[in-house]
Amino acid sequence: MTRADAAAAILWTGATLYALFGGADFGGGLWDLLAGFDDRKGERPRARIQQSLTPVWEANHVWLIFILVVLWTAFPEAFGAIMTTLYVPIALAALGIVLRGAGFAFRKSVQRLEYRRAMGAAFALSSVLTPFFMGTVVGAVAAGHVPADGNGDAFSSWTGPLPLLTGALFVASGAYLAAIFLVADSHRAGDGGMEGYFARRALWVAAVAGAFALAGIFALHSEARYVFDRLTAEGLPLVIVSALCGLGVLALLLRGARRGLRPLAAGAVVAVIWGWGVAQFPYLLPTSLRIDQAAAPGPTLDSVLIVFAVAAVVVLPALGLLYWLSQQELLGE
Amino acid sequence: MPGLDALPLAASESNLLAARELMAFTLAFHIVLSCLGVALPAMILSANWLGLKRGDADAMRLARRWSKAMAVTFAVGAVTGTVLSFEFGLLWPEFTARFGDVFGIAFAVEGIFFFTEAIFLAIYIYGWRRLSGWAHFWSGVPMVITGIGGAFSVVTANSWMNQPQGFTLDAAGRVVETEPFKVLFNPAWSYEVPHMILAAYMVVGFLVASIYAVGMLRGRRDRLHRLGLLIPLTVACIVTPIQLFVGDTAARAVADHQPAKFAGMECIQESGPEQTEYVGGICTSDGVKAAIPIPDLDSFLVGFSADTKVTGLNDIPADERPPANTLLHLAFDAMVGIGTALLLLGLWLAYAWWRWRDIPRTPWFLRAVAVSGAGAILALWFGWIVTEVGRQPWIVQGYMRTSEAVTEAKGIWFAFAVVLILYAGLGSGAVLVLRAMSRRWRSEGEDAGEAEIPYGPPEAATS
Repeated sequence: MTRADAAAAILWTGATLYALFGGADFGGGLWDLLAGFDDRKGERPRARIQQSLTPVWEANHVWLIFILVVLWTAFPEAFGAIMTTLYVPIALAALGIVLRGAGFAFRKSVQRLEYRRAMGAAFALSSVLTPFFMGTVVGAVAAGHVPADGNGDAFSSWTGPLPLLTGALFVASGAYLAAIFLVADSHRAGDGGMEGYFARRALWVAAVAGAFALAGIFALHSEARYVFDRLTAEGLPLVIVSALCGLGVLALLLRGARRGLRPLAAGAVVAVIWGWGVAQFPYLLPTSLRIDQAAAPGPTLDSVLIVFAVAAVVVLPALGLLYWLSQQELLGE
Repeated sequence: MPGLDALPLAASESNLLAARELMAFTLAFHIVLSCLGVALPAMILSANWLGLKRGDADAMRLARRWSKAMAVTFAVGAVTGTVLSFEFGLLWPEFTARFGDVFGIAFAVEGIFFFTEAIFLAIYIYGWRRLSGWAHFWSGVPMVITGIGGAFSVVTANSWMNQPQGFTLDAAGRVVETEPFKVLFNPAWSYEVPHMILAAYMVVGFLVASIYAVGMLRGRRDRLHRLGLLIPLTVACIVTPIQLFVGDTAARAVADHQPAKFAGMECIQESGPEQTEYVGGICTSDGVKAAIPIPDLDSFLVGFSADTKVTGLNDIPADERPPANTLLHLAFDAMVGIGTALLLLGLWLAYAWWRWRDIPRTPWFLRAVAVSGAGAILALWFGWIVTEVGRQPWIVQGYMRTSEAVTEAKGIWFAFAVVLILYAGLGSGAVLVLRAMSRRWRSEGEDAGEAEIPYGPPEAATS
């Protein structure tokens, strides 16, 4: 493996972790939105979501900065190409991030119900829009709509079937992860009612996500032949793993079992992301820009690798501590 | 490229102005919140320490309140910081595409600090109830370290823009080799980084103190308010003289390494020795109007002798001179003036403490403290104006012009309008939320929970 490939692997790791933690965080927002307009009925799920998200949501979203920084440091040319082409969905995603963060942070602290609802709505809506636009960016890249020297079409690049389906898939998979994590959180808190509530929704969204994924594969076939071919050849084991994990989650949910839900759900998502990475290899921008072409000079790549190693040693244990404390119910308001 | 068509040139000039204004605005908003992220943990831990060590219940209450406020400000700081990261790519794609593999190293380092800060902030803020006294205190200490580390990383990236090094370009102008240590420890970091860190402590110290000064002027003279005033004010007053010393060193370094910036900010038209220091005034090509001139002082400040030769704008090529010299000059003088006033405020407090072990009795002292927070923020903004506008037309001094770095995308003025409205809402929202929290603490105490449930029926809210 070259240093450039290692840097790409680090980028993909960041994307995986963002999909797991940030994605689930966004998914929580979606469930908050779908908890309904009836305050009484929506109260318990919203409380559970709030309880789960509050200590960890900021840490969840730092992965996005990680992705941005690794991309612009290790593969600046690709970064520039993506930015000059896909600035519309990227800017909209940024808008959503601001609304979301502010909405979430403010809504607990204001007293008047109308204000809280407004903040909550901002939080929930942007929780859906932001991952959607991020997904369109990824889909546009996979579809080959980002030219290597940038300045691709600002609208048609991300509004085709593949980018839009990828956007929808991002939202659905985040909601899927969130539902599963909330089942586990409710189970640990001994809240049987919420357990069932989120378990039912997990089943429903698993079907939706599966449908989007399937449609996405068809779109790949027609719009991104290179990626499709590799996905169904070199990437096939990962596709199969993802499908098996998804089926495993379904089986567990239908049987009412709770153990193994989270690893399997996470496995389904992780396998898809790495399947996508394998399918695009060796391109960052299929099929115009390869990893080795876009890579920064050696010392810069070394810095990225070193920073990642330091982060693994410093940040991961700290993150583990945060999640552990949160799960032990030692962190709360 | 330029000159063939008047319309594309005008369009890209408009783009450049829009992009610069947008970046400046979002940076100005975020930088205040960054100061809070860097310096507020230290204030909180000081109060926490007093609460634990001396059993000071008022100090403990302050620590709890400030923690809850920090949760709000950190959230807003995190999202506005995310916007800035996006803007690097959205507004300045050529800059990031060309030099991302150089200055990005500093941001990669920053990532570690910021991530760790977010984690320990969450542990500290949300661990108040259930983590025990000293364990809880120590869980907050990493925030202080990561705040400083993060400040170092981001500011050294800016230092690099002012004094770039650590990279090799090929004939086509692309980066082909980098030296990470030289990038991170470029010549400007040793004065820019401390200057910003000290500025953060000043801003937070005076800002928090000013809030309590206002409370005291409104008649709330309890011990909590006194302590809430004194803890941050003491920190700020200790830091201010050090900052003025660092600032003086920085100005001298700028005179050495960025003569165009220095000439712009001091309105020096002609190179030579015996340069006059102009306090205030309008810079014109015929000299400075309506200023207070102090002969020889500028040369003296630069090189400790009136014979020190200082480079004037006449020796800088016309297309490399910074724009808006009057703005630069007044910003610089205002920053120094405010800093000096804050120094005097600190000396006033020190004198009163030495004489009476108390703050000065006169309400003018509290009034001065009440405006010192805003003053510190203004000084911060003026300093950033000096360093950023003074570096123009360069985005990377000597290597890339800002006009070469800007995006060609359309709609930047529209984006700016959206951002203005959004940030106006964000800013007022944050202020309203903090004030609502403060009112609730006054009437019900710190433990009055914000509603556990976001918007359930009121009677179901439990704590």
